[in-house]
Amino acid sequence: MTKENINSKCTLNQAMEMGLTEEEFKLICKRIGKTPNLTETGICSAMFSEHCSYKSSKKWLKTLPTSGNHVIQGPGENAGIIDIGDNQAIVFKIESHNHPSFIDPYQGAATGVGGILRDVFTMGARPIALMNVLRFGETGNALTNHLLSGVVKGIGGYGNCIGIPTIGGETNFNQSYNSNILVNAMAIGLVNKNKIFYSAASGVGNPVIYVGAKTGRDGIHGATMASTEFSDNTESQKPTVQVGDPFTGKLLLEACLELMKTDLILSIQDMGAAGLTSSSIEMASKGNVGIEIDLNEIPLREKNMSSYEIMLSESQERMLMILKKGAEEDAKKIFKKWDLDFAVIGKIISEKKIVLKKENKTVCNLPLDFLVNDAPELNREYEIKISNVNLDNKNIIRDKSIKTIVYEIIGNENFASKKWIYEQYDSSVMGDTISIGNKSDASIVKIHNSEKDQFQGKAVAVSTDCNSKYIFNNPIEGGKITVAEAARNLIVSGAKPLAITNNLNFGNPEKKEIMGQIVGSIKGIKDACEQLNTPVVSGNVSLYNETNGKSILPTPVIGMVGVIDDIEKVIFMNAKNNETLYIIGQDKNKYDGFLQSSFYQEIFCDDFLGQVPQINLKKEKNLHDFIMKLNDNKIINSAHDISDGGLLPCVIEMLLLNKLGININLPPRIKNPNKENLLFLHGWLFGEDQSRIIISTNKPNKLIEFSKSENIKIYCIGKTNNTGVVEIPKYDSICINKCLDLYNNTIPNLFS
Amino acid sequence: MRVAIVVFPGSNCDRDIFEAIKSISKKVPEFIWHKETNIKNFDLIVIPGGFTFGDYLRCGALASNSPIIKSIKDHASRGGAILGICNGFQILTETKLLPGTLIRNNVLKFLCHDVKIIVQDTLPSPFTWGFKPSTKLNVPIAHNEGNYYINDNELKKLIFNGQIAFKYEENFNPNGSVENIAGVLSENGRILGMMPHPERSVFTHHNSLDGRLFFKKLIEQLLSL
Repeated sequence: MTKENINSKCTLNQAMEMGLTEEEFKLICKRIGKTPNLTETGICSAMFSEHCSYKSSKKWLKTLPTSGNHVIQGPGENAGIIDIGDNQAIVFKIESHNHPSFIDPYQGAATGVGGILRDVFTMGARPIALMNVLRFGETGNALTNHLLSGVVKGIGGYGNCIGIPTIGGETNFNQSYNSNILVNAMAIGLVNKNKIFYSAASGVGNPVIYVGAKTGRDGIHGATMASTEFSDNTESQKPTVQVGDPFTGKLLLEACLELMKTDLILSIQDMGAAGLTSSSIEMASKGNVGIEIDLNEIPLREKNMSSYEIMLSESQERMLMILKKGAEEDAKKIFKKWDLDFAVIGKIISEKKIVLKKENKTVCNLPLDFLVNDAPELNREYEIKISNVNLDNKNIIRDKSIKTIVYEIIGNENFASKKWIYEQYDSSVMGDTISIGNKSDASIVKIHNSEKDQFQGKAVAVSTDCNSKYIFNNPIEGGKITVAEAARNLIVSGAKPLAITNNLNFGNPEKKEIMGQIVGSIKGIKDACEQLNTPVVSGNVSLYNETNGKSILPTPVIGMVGVIDDIEKVIFMNAKNNETLYIIGQDKNKYDGFLQSSFYQEIFCDDFLGQVPQINLKKEKNLHDFIMKLNDNKIINSAHDISDGGLLPCVIEMLLLNKLGININLPPRIKNPNKENLLFLHGWLFGEDQSRIIISTNKPNKLIEFSKSENIKIYCIGKTNNTGVVEIPKYDSICINKCLDLYNNTIPNLFS
Repeated sequence: MRVAIVVFPGSNCDRDIFEAIKSISKKVPEFIWHKETNIKNFDLIVIPGGFTFGDYLRCGALASNSPIIKSIKDHASRGGAILGICNGFQILTETKLLPGTLIRNNVLKFLCHDVKIIVQDTLPSPFTWGFKPSTKLNVPIAHNEGNYYINDNELKKLIFNGQIAFKYEENFNPNGSVENIAGVLSENGRILGMMPHPERSVFTHHNSLDGRLFFKKLIEQLLSL
């Protein structure tokens, strides 16, 4: 496609090769009143791709709550923004780089990190933290090892070099991701509320500026690739993977932030998916103006690039800006200092069109409204499938000792510590990191220089979550639980949840049960976000995560951000000796638990089909308010949410660091071992009933007092001791050192 | 007291050092761009960590040819104090202001975690004077090329002169460095290169305050001259 003939009309076959359907191509011809040439068709195809147009999900995304008193910017910009007081705001977004990371794990993951960082700093924010959510296929196979090692090196390669700490995330393994791994990167930035930059272009005649790296042939039509299924010849798509350069990324970051201190920039946007095409079209259409670009002015890395290639290239580390008229020279000086390309490539025009020129000829002339507003919005058929399996605990429970079960859960790759992974990321650069890894349920960074006199400062807490088993079994309830768990993770870290970004990873939406997973989980997320007052401010959708017709488990990832108004209130997970452990939200008469869809079921039954635990969002919210109240009153020494694995594994996680022991206080009903009680005990110890939090305290009387006045149920688990043994009286005892060994060494043993 | 922090394209610990020194000395350090050629009258020059020029060539190799290097060498020849941390250490070995070289971690991975380093019995130096030999400091590392290598003859010289400033704990050497070396001094004791990041253990929200102690002792010594 390198030879260029601007007069040649695109054929239907060529259009379909670029990813358009026959219907879409006909619509394009009709609306623009002509048959488009190849460049024009390429631009339409990119704008109409699932990746840019959200055509399958748009109808449902619109139903999500996106506003709130603290929301400064919701979806629709490069990233979402929330107010954290003191004239400061947090900018954040999550984005997937799934397809490229499978083809080239290092570059795919690295450019995923680079891209999300640009989304954040293009709004004027200095990035302060990175998170990432990863899903790989089953362990013990060579491909998983290769992909994991490449992805981890890629994330580190970009984040470490650019000097933004990677502070957390999630890594899980399941065979459904064997041929479709997930790499979702999230960036969090800090901005002065009066210095936020937006992307809407303005001012007819104002110069359009290209800055950053040169344009090459990498990543051409990446957005279209991300909008189709993989097949066996995936390897042949390598040319559509972009190549990242974190060093140029760092220079671009510093140069942009330096220029943003002036008042020369009117609007700015990064060139992400579909490169120059989507950035120029989105900027112009948001500003209700048109844009004219001279392709001869684009800094190129390769010779003889066609208009099509220049417009669809996804070369990294590039930004598009509209400057005030006459500001070019001053701006150029800054980019020259940082040795970056700076080119005036066009101007804003009044007519709402995108006009591209090359060698003084018009190579593209398309109406903007059509490209943005007429992109198809599909009403795909869907069926929300709720599992019809309903199992009794009798059918799930296995005849194994408690100890064996605990060791198997803690030594499972989806439970064990991911230290081996996160130690490959620079987590402490910038000097503001407070909590990473398993120090607390959420990852925490301090707001730089927020301390004053005796006040130690503020912090931002972030949690990423997704429980695919629950969502597979019940998309709506599973969606609710995923949001609730993210919020709980912030609450037990001392933060107040504020807003979310989401990354909806699913299979092929043309299948109605997949579309049902999308619709159902969005419904659940909507309900939970409304009840917990955490609106959705940004997000990303990644569909077609299928290979040869086999879909991944539904994986709508939630990235939630909260604020800690005084870092003295930060709560860590590890208990100390001689503290009393309580479960907040647990009835003392409870002597059983919900084992369907649980970690227990998955590990010991090799299956997870069933019902999902109930969630009552009102009760969940009350629990959160109660924990915040306890924390304000300094009653909590450490805290941890009960999720994967249930009560006992989560209690053990709190004891690991200090190698403590405890005598578990069992409910009277099941104190004496017999066959029936053993059945209940398994449920009680490993059930995943929702809305429960474990805390440790030295002030049990005060806790009891508060729980009575607030009418919250609590249950005393026992007092920590330094024996290093977890005693389940009359049943079994568990060795903490053995747990610690399994917890720390499972992942290194699998991947070293 | 005047402290210069040299900034190269790709430096990324410059702000962290700035905050650490400002908080301890109550004086504001100055950032110096790598294209400067005439810097004078500084009591301490700090070369911070990062990935100068992307470290796409050997780490620190491109930075060691920057215009500012001549000024830094002049400062060294006048007996001025220089501290290179992480990539700064790599730049100091590339410029030959410090002996030895830093190669890839023996585990072939970037590593970021807390380590304990042990202060050695050194020649007189402002960087170690305030600590009793064998004192342990808890500071984080974050590097991919921290594996210090030097040939046997030169190593003997280092040991004989007391130029080894810090060692990792036996059995806890994260990168495979010779003799567990974590930091080395110049022959006159005025230049220190170290892989760990003392500027990341300075504030109460950090895992330790040992880096604060390190800078406090260093500043006291530099001020006393």
